[in-house]
Amino acid sequence: MFKNMFQNAKFRLILAFLLPVVFIAALVWFFVQKGTFGVLEGNFPPVEKIFFERVVFEPEKITLGVLNDGPESVKISQLIVNDVVWRFKMEPSNELKPLERAKINLYYPWVEGDPLAFKLVSANGVAFEKEVDVSFLSPVLDSKYIKTFVLLGLYVGVIPVLLGLLWFPFLRRLRGGAYMFLLSLTVGLLVFLGFDALAEAIELIGEVPSTFNGVGLLVIGFLLAIFALGVVTYKTQHIGESKGEHVKSLLWAYLIAFGIGLHNLGEGLAIGSAYAIGEATLGATLVIGFMAHNLTEGIAIVSPLTKTLLGRSKIVMHLLVMGILAGAPTIIGSLIGGFAYSPILAILFLAIGVGAIFDVSFDILHYMYRKNEKGLFTPVNVLGFLAGLMIMYGTGFLVLG
Amino acid sequence: MLFTGCGQVAEEVTGQESHPHEEGVSADHGHADEAAGDSHEDMSLAEHAQNLAQFAIGPNGEYETNDFDALEFLTTWNFNNLAEDERAKFYKETALDDGTLLREYWFNVEEVTIEVAPGVYYPAWSYNGQVPGPTIRATEGDTIKIHFKNNASKPHTVHFHGYHSSSQDGTGGEEEDKIMLPGESRDYEFKAEPFGSHVYHCHSYPVSQHIAKGLYGAYIVDPKVDTRPKADKEFVMVMNGFDTDFDGANDFYAVNTRAFAYNYQPIHVKKGELVRIQLSNMLEFDPINSFHLHANFFDEYPTGTKLDPENFTDTITMGQGERSILDIRFREEGMYMFHSHVSELAELGWTGMFMVE
Repeated sequence: MFKNMFQNAKFRLILAFLLPVVFIAALVWFFVQKGTFGVLEGNFPPVEKIFFERVVFEPEKITLGVLNDGPESVKISQLIVNDVVWRFKMEPSNELKPLERAKINLYYPWVEGDPLAFKLVSANGVAFEKEVDVSFLSPVLDSKYIKTFVLLGLYVGVIPVLLGLLWFPFLRRLRGGAYMFLLSLTVGLLVFLGFDALAEAIELIGEVPSTFNGVGLLVIGFLLAIFALGVVTYKTQHIGESKGEHVKSLLWAYLIAFGIGLHNLGEGLAIGSAYAIGEATLGATLVIGFMAHNLTEGIAIVSPLTKTLLGRSKIVMHLLVMGILAGAPTIIGSLIGGFAYSPILAILFLAIGVGAIFDVSFDILHYMYRKNEKGLFTPVNVLGFLAGLMIMYGTGFLVLG
Repeated sequence: MLFTGCGQVAEEVTGQESHPHEEGVSADHGHADEAAGDSHEDMSLAEHAQNLAQFAIGPNGEYETNDFDALEFLTTWNFNNLAEDERAKFYKETALDDGTLLREYWFNVEEVTIEVAPGVYYPAWSYNGQVPGPTIRATEGDTIKIHFKNNASKPHTVHFHGYHSSSQDGTGGEEEDKIMLPGESRDYEFKAEPFGSHVYHCHSYPVSQHIAKGLYGAYIVDPKVDTRPKADKEFVMVMNGFDTDFDGANDFYAVNTRAFAYNYQPIHVKKGELVRIQLSNMLEFDPINSFHLHANFFDEYPTGTKLDPENFTDTITMGQGERSILDIRFREEGMYMFHSHVSELAELGWTGMFMVE
């Protein structure tokens, strides 16, 4: 009898869950079959949307990658290039259902360096426009190009971070106030990087088709990073307690490297896509600028590590891994950015990076607060924090992209 | 850039025997080849030339509907394209005692969707379901009577250029000149004068919108005593454009509504015969339009109000609402382009061909 009651209660629970589901399904079915009782049925003007994802330039030829990010099918009837009606071939079809993609191929005697304005006209006369500021031969995926971007990633990502790590022997000799200064400097560097990446991500929101909701991606990526790192911190709390602070500092260093890595992935995406669409020339200035800028990232990584008790060879191994973790994403980012740039991915990566950077900054601040119960805002700490911000701001001038 | 002359454009657009624009392509190819760098050496010059010849300038696809016959419109006035019984619904001639004619027209304002470029549709406001509206043609001194009915959803009128009383102005200025609300009807009556090539259009407000949406047409008054050489062929051409995305600028241009219509179907004329064009400019948004003829010159009678030509040229420029009569004798057989010499308008549809046989 007891068992029966239990089953009954469980049955009720399931019923309580299922009943609304059944009603919602029935309502949806009814609306699909019978319409919406006159609501939203009107002679509305067509809501047609087309999003230009890519413009690829080949000799005498241009390909436009388009996406229908609106709620209705769109039929493209005519193409106008720089105010001239122009012929094109659209694959797979001139008619795009919602969220369908197509390639528009046209032969066009484009002139290198000139701006171009494309206008697609739908059957309803709606115009979708895309402007290219500078026409530029699109890179082709070949060994030369891959080599370029791998080298670029090495120069602006891996090498400077590793160089920054070379300060490790100097930094580990610092004690007391100097160590606090170093930690607050790190927080300054990180907060600057975080806002930098956040601004970049916000800027990209406008480039994402509205159906993909750029703000949503930003929030999800940001909180995902914070929650994931929060869980890691929570799960590793007892490690710090049982094995001492040096293990915790190693963990910090890895988290910082991870966050900076994601930031650099975003940076790589930006460099790669800017290069691919002809908006940036990769001059020596830009590379040197990025190198100087990213040196500071290496310092940020090693700062917490100065308390580690690990042996020299182990430290070197860890530092190498961290350097690659932080720097190598630049290579991956610039390759993705060059060939398959997607603002959707870019926002997501940047947001995760921002979340990770802010999370680690908070952890370090929390640690510093516990070290000095009297307060966080000692002159040394504030100076260190400001110095971190100013270093990032100053080296930013070297990046004359 | 590549297409310096519009003659080359025409070859492409008409889909006649198409020659690659050899000069242009090879000149430009040299440049593109440099830009291409190492990885594109395999792209041959011939390949580029062929691709550009096949898929270069011009509209895509064919017109999908027969809602407007651009060739027929050229020679249609007073509904002379319709069979007798059908024509009687829209047009009636009655001889008056003084030897002139009373010409009665039945005008209905209707909302229709028209095809303005291949596969591109425009929700137009029209007189009798067509843009431009029906061409009206009378002899100086005739009486014109328009039986006007507004079958559309906005207030409309018809306003004729030419002499008339203020009560027949179609502007709503006088008590007896009311703007016609949906479902209302009235008559407009006036004498056909002065002779010339005129226009009519809706003068409901905002006028720019009512013209842009398609409420206009040609109104031709022939002189009672005509000392001009007799024309062998006469064509009505109304230069217009369509703002298909309603952003206050035209997206397509044309003579007689359909972009590139006379590229798809060239106008056939004979060498040496006198071709008279009754030209008007009903373009909105763009202040200037023009007419340019290739390889030939024409006599121009500005507004058609004098019997001697005032100009011998191959290009005229017209502001909004301006008209002109052009007399052309083609000198040789062949295909001759005509287009707006505001080249941007030409390449957005206002271009066509004469086929001289």
